[in-house]
Amino acid sequence: MVNAPAGASSGLSSSQKDAQQDKAAESLITVYIMGKAYEVPAKATIMGAIEYAGHQIIRGAGCREGYCGACATIYRLPGDYKIRTGLACMTMVEDGMTLAQIPSVPAEKAIYDIEKLKPDVTAIQQMYPTVFRCVACGTCTKSCPQGLQVMDYVQAAKRGDIASVMDLSFDCVVCGLCMLRCPAEITQPLMGIMAKRLYGRYLRKDSPELAERVKAVEDGVYEAEYAEMMSMDREALTKRYYARDSE
Amino acid sequence: MYPDYMAESLRKVEQTRPKRLELARKSEPVYPLMNAEERQKVLEGFHPDYEPSARRAVCVGPNKGEKLTTEVSDLLESHSWLTSEQVDLSKPDIETDVLIIGGGGAGCNAALIAMREHGVKSVIATKLRMGDANTMMSQGGMQAAVSRTDSPTRHYLDAIGGGHFENKPELVKALTEDGPAVVKWLEELGVVWDKEEDGSMKVMHGGGTSRKRMMSCRDYTGAMIMRTLMDEVRNHPDMITVKEFMPAVELIMDSEGKCAGAVLYNMDSEEFFTVKAKSTIIATGGYGRLHIRGYDTTNHYGATGDGLVMAYRAGAKLMYMDSVQYHPTGVSFPEQIAGFLVTEAIRGAGGQPLNKDGELFVFPREPRDIEASAIIRECVQNGNGITTPSGRVGVWLDSPLIDMLHGEGYTERHFPAMYRQFIRYGIDITKLPMLIYPSLHYQNGGIEINEKCETDIPGLYVAGEASGGLHGRNRLMGNSVLDYNVFGIRAGRYASEYAKKAKLGKLSVAHLDAYEKQLKDANVKTDLVTPILLPSYAPKDVKKRQLVRGGNTLPGSSVLQNRLHDDAFSPAGAK
Repeated sequence: MVNAPAGASSGLSSSQKDAQQDKAAESLITVYIMGKAYEVPAKATIMGAIEYAGHQIIRGAGCREGYCGACATIYRLPGDYKIRTGLACMTMVEDGMTLAQIPSVPAEKAIYDIEKLKPDVTAIQQMYPTVFRCVACGTCTKSCPQGLQVMDYVQAAKRGDIASVMDLSFDCVVCGLCMLRCPAEITQPLMGIMAKRLYGRYLRKDSPELAERVKAVEDGVYEAEYAEMMSMDREALTKRYYARDSE
Repeated sequence: MYPDYMAESLRKVEQTRPKRLELARKSEPVYPLMNAEERQKVLEGFHPDYEPSARRAVCVGPNKGEKLTTEVSDLLESHSWLTSEQVDLSKPDIETDVLIIGGGGAGCNAALIAMREHGVKSVIATKLRMGDANTMMSQGGMQAAVSRTDSPTRHYLDAIGGGHFENKPELVKALTEDGPAVVKWLEELGVVWDKEEDGSMKVMHGGGTSRKRMMSCRDYTGAMIMRTLMDEVRNHPDMITVKEFMPAVELIMDSEGKCAGAVLYNMDSEEFFTVKAKSTIIATGGYGRLHIRGYDTTNHYGATGDGLVMAYRAGAKLMYMDSVQYHPTGVSFPEQIAGFLVTEAIRGAGGQPLNKDGELFVFPREPRDIEASAIIRECVQNGNGITTPSGRVGVWLDSPLIDMLHGEGYTERHFPAMYRQFIRYGIDITKLPMLIYPSLHYQNGGIEINEKCETDIPGLYVAGEASGGLHGRNRLMGNSVLDYNVFGIRAGRYASEYAKKAKLGKLSVAHLDAYEKQLKDANVKTDLVTPILLPSYAPKDVKKRQLVRGGNTLPGSSVLQNRLHDDAFSPAGAK
């Protein structure tokens, strides 16, 4: 029998386990979590450091793998005037870092019926008119923890180029940091979601085989084969499974 | 960057690559597939479920006497937050037709369908934000039999073989025959599926598929689907009320044994609220944050099996809760992202798992439990893994092959999330392989349902990962994304149909007292109070100081201080 693998932890997150090992090695650094100093492991992520400090995160943690945007964080480093941004689950701590999580950015989502919108500039004008306030300062792009060309997709939206908005905002995790920093108060991620939906709904070529297949299912084309397999005993089904060909 | 001592092993990977690339270009498998006996042997020898301590009989409730995953038995043998005398049911705080517990993919689908098909209003109560769910994190894709070379019945055969022929057939039929319609439904909502130039769906292989039927949205598939569904839910504030940071902590029943709503808990103010609902859908997802057998997990922060324990106390039977899915490819290095998911689509696109000598030791796309067990065998028995500086172990997943097979730029275009994940730590996955090891990924079983998502409690429906029966004891890649769509839709349909004619009797939570009595009669001693809601990752010394007020013996006076029991704080006699 197998012992618990070295890859297993004892119910601790990786960053925290990392934390405990590092504590033994005395490689702790000081970070300021919402202004208060804590000694945390030098190799921790910001999220790991906050939990190492004993905080129970309620807002500010979600998928913990860089997809959900719950853990937007702003920080500064010593001797540097710049405000920096990151996802807490993805960003490493640095000595002297002072940080605050921004788990929610106030923003109003436009309410719309996608069936009544056109996939062009009129949808942007009607639903997210603040887009046209863009002064092309590039702050949104600089603040994106995903490294997206946010300003470029705002510019594309102004031109009604829905396909480019879709492509450039595809990897947006809606952490909200760009709209927090934007001097023109644009809500870039929300506009991006609408544009992606418009693209998916209207600007793709239809898949001919998809419509055919949906109809075939509705017409009961597969019922006989389902009935046959569902009545097979395990042995017969096993035989059929291992004998099937593969693409 | 990888530490210097791994250079020799990395060099071997490079040495064997040209030959393996040649193999990958042929139509035959790059490594022999296992037959039924070989599969059984590697499972029994190396799958974590087969370790003697992995399962124990649960001593209370509908599955009493059945061996379940040990951590699940622990979860079920626990106290409720509430007793019946604490809950005032005379005047519910909220009334609705359909209550949906959980705001992930299944929950959002259910709310939209209840509204569209039956004009029924619903309340979505969710623990964190809407969309804070495993749905958001699925990378690789969704299976659906759309291609002309494929058929729903072939999808059925693949799924049922992958599940070792233990899946409930009527559920697999529902899953596979609804698949194509789900692709269409999501596209009409605006999901941007990957497509070929002519508009046909781009399809890939996954583990255990005999036809290419994995549909994707780059490697943000789940995020794309989730954000589309959420956006549409928010377009209907008059029909769908979303209550965030408001998890359910117990179900409410009526005098006739029907489900009649739930008690919600406000995470901010720590208030309890009662919801009366004609029907209730549990869509609470899985349990990765229980860290079964101490494994790291790919799951989101709130995946603590809340729905399981609520339904179980109310009398719903569980199915296949002795079976855990470990994803074959979790990250092993860098340490900061250990346990994170590396999508199976990497193998679907040609990535190969390799031992320290750069040699293949398993076909890259066996069903997940087989693949994971083979990787564990290679490390534990054969000693052919690579050890990380912190003492983890792993095997290589040779990703540079992908660009060689599909052309330069393919990886960055199709796997932007994966590329981004590793490049932060100086590892360019188009040039270097990833170091991986199985990671706790999915709850194969759950609350038993039929094809209408009904449970053995009238008025209680379950959809998605919280449900059991569909996947048997092993789910194939891409069938969970399809699962939460197909059964989210079905739950919304049948729960709202039921709600239109349901008449509720007198409300009650007497089942909580009865369950507590069962625990006492079975002589269960535990300090665990559930649902767990959130895991704690505070270091032990911090936890100890946090619990001073309770004399270090109580789980805490606040729900948020309740944790999976920790040896250090268990009262004398507790297990």
